[in-house]
Amino acid sequence: MLFNEPSPLETKVLTRRFGLPNSASIDTYLATEGYQAFLKAAKMKPEEIIGEVKASNLRGRGGAGFPTGMKWGFVPRTSPKPKYIVVNGDESEPGTCKDRVLIENDPHQLIEGVLIAGLSVDAHAGYIYIRGEYRYLIEVMEKAIAEAYEKGWLGKNIQGTGFDFELYAHTGAGAYECGEESALLESLEGKRGIPRIRPPFPAVAGAFQSPTILNNVETFCAVPAILRDGGAAFAALGIPKSGGTKMTCLTGHVNKPGVYELRLGFPVKQMIEEVGGGIRNGKKLKAFVPGGSSCPVLTAAEVEGATMDYDSMAARKTMLGSGGVIIMDEDTCMVKAALRIMRFYAHESCGWCIPCREGTTWLKKILMRFHDGGGTRTDIDLIGDIAKNMLGRTFCPLGDAAAMPTISIVEKFRQEFEDHLNGKPCPYEHSGSVVTV
Amino acid sequence: MTFSAQLEARFDKLLKSYPPGRQRSAMIPMLLYAQDEIGQITDELVNEVANRIGSTPLQVNEVLSYYSMLHTKPLGKYHVQVCTNISCLLHDGDKLYEHACKKLGIGHKEVTADGEFSIEEVECMGACSWAPAIQVNYDFHHHVTPEKLDQLLDGLRKKPV
Repeated sequence: MLFNEPSPLETKVLTRRFGLPNSASIDTYLATEGYQAFLKAAKMKPEEIIGEVKASNLRGRGGAGFPTGMKWGFVPRTSPKPKYIVVNGDESEPGTCKDRVLIENDPHQLIEGVLIAGLSVDAHAGYIYIRGEYRYLIEVMEKAIAEAYEKGWLGKNIQGTGFDFELYAHTGAGAYECGEESALLESLEGKRGIPRIRPPFPAVAGAFQSPTILNNVETFCAVPAILRDGGAAFAALGIPKSGGTKMTCLTGHVNKPGVYELRLGFPVKQMIEEVGGGIRNGKKLKAFVPGGSSCPVLTAAEVEGATMDYDSMAARKTMLGSGGVIIMDEDTCMVKAALRIMRFYAHESCGWCIPCREGTTWLKKILMRFHDGGGTRTDIDLIGDIAKNMLGRTFCPLGDAAAMPTISIVEKFRQEFEDHLNGKPCPYEHSGSVVTV
Repeated sequence: MTFSAQLEARFDKLLKSYPPGRQRSAMIPMLLYAQDEIGQITDELVNEVANRIGSTPLQVNEVLSYYSMLHTKPLGKYHVQVCTNISCLLHDGDKLYEHACKKLGIGHKEVTADGEFSIEEVECMGACSWAPAIQVNYDFHHHVTPEKLDQLLDGLRKKPV
């Protein structure tokens, strides 16, 4: 089921089956070139499969943007240990809701991507980790897996290729931190989602201490198209160094929020104006978050000339991230936005690293006081100072995720903090409502 | 403990889903699926799950306290989860949450006296493009207004058991 109308400006590769009758069924999948990429890959050498993925310039779609082919190449294929494929479907970066539609509308595309990854490293089992809140997707995935077994696309000697693969859907139970790959592996092993010290990386010691390919749902979903049409064709959809398309979630103050598949390098202004139908109520843009709440925010001026790809965002000292675009109009209180973002990271910090555990909690308290009108001028610098002291000082990126948006908001919207000083009521908060605890 | 045949089948499948000696992997799914059936995670359930996967109750309790969806206290029959995270906030998710609290006369993680409803202010649940969003038990509701919320809750209240 689709929750928003598609846009004519989309480049439909991963979403090509969306809107077809019973798009999630194996019959629809098989009738639309489904599993053909797997059959093609089964005749290829593992290094040729990885070569195609490298040629596609596919980069991890969960947020980190690491080149996928290179990641697969790190797995020691000849290791005597069993190898595993793990799918990160923990989607929990605020602003992000794309993996949900990918699983719901085309679960077999994900299965096929996993099978191809399995061929490339000689893995014979895989786990699809889905966040607990997406319970209905566990049912969708289990149904798709059952269909695939029934029709011989999972199990022993798949379609006579001699390749065996077992696949399981695994539910989480509510924890943002489990979207971090090593925390996810801990959770998959029945433990608290505390990140692991790396190295060793999951490619060498991942699930059950065995070599593991671990990628985001969207990353695996891109793989069938890459094998089917060739890595070069996928790369050509994007721009140099950033191949293909990105599932982009438009959220916040736009007229047509929704999940859209856009080619990499899509101009931000066109995305807001034409795909998103412009800012709601004819207002002006104030702040733009490219890919989930952990990204540094951009001002309207910084958005000029920006395109949705890794390099354009890096040049503006932010990240393409997960594709969770958050658009804030001129009436948004940036102090409140910073507070709400910090409240989230304080709640989700696992507590292992002190800069993250203490930093997020103190920043939340200071921002709360500030938004309530109890802020002092020195607090403004203090917020930036605490956040900067968290950067790079934690085992996993959660500390950075909390610090980066905060630093950018304090630096770029300092005037709004000034406007809250001396007990003045929030200039933007019309109803008097303040975020609770 | 005895569970429904459906849940037992799920448990059996889970215990066969992980490599030999790695049955602890089934812990979190087992706890969540069992909670769905019996309403909350009791000490008895902790012991039962620990037994079935070859872990200790301590190991189960340690995990239990980490995951926000695992509850040791009973929830309402309808657990109303309102997201107030940034994308929902921009669509007045905070005001929707306040409205829900007033409507039901309860606050965060509280249960109505008749046991019908509980409320939780939750973090991002992956409905950002269709904000503001709520979940009632596992059902998503998108673009929720205070009026739509009232209709939904009134409808649930009247629903025969």
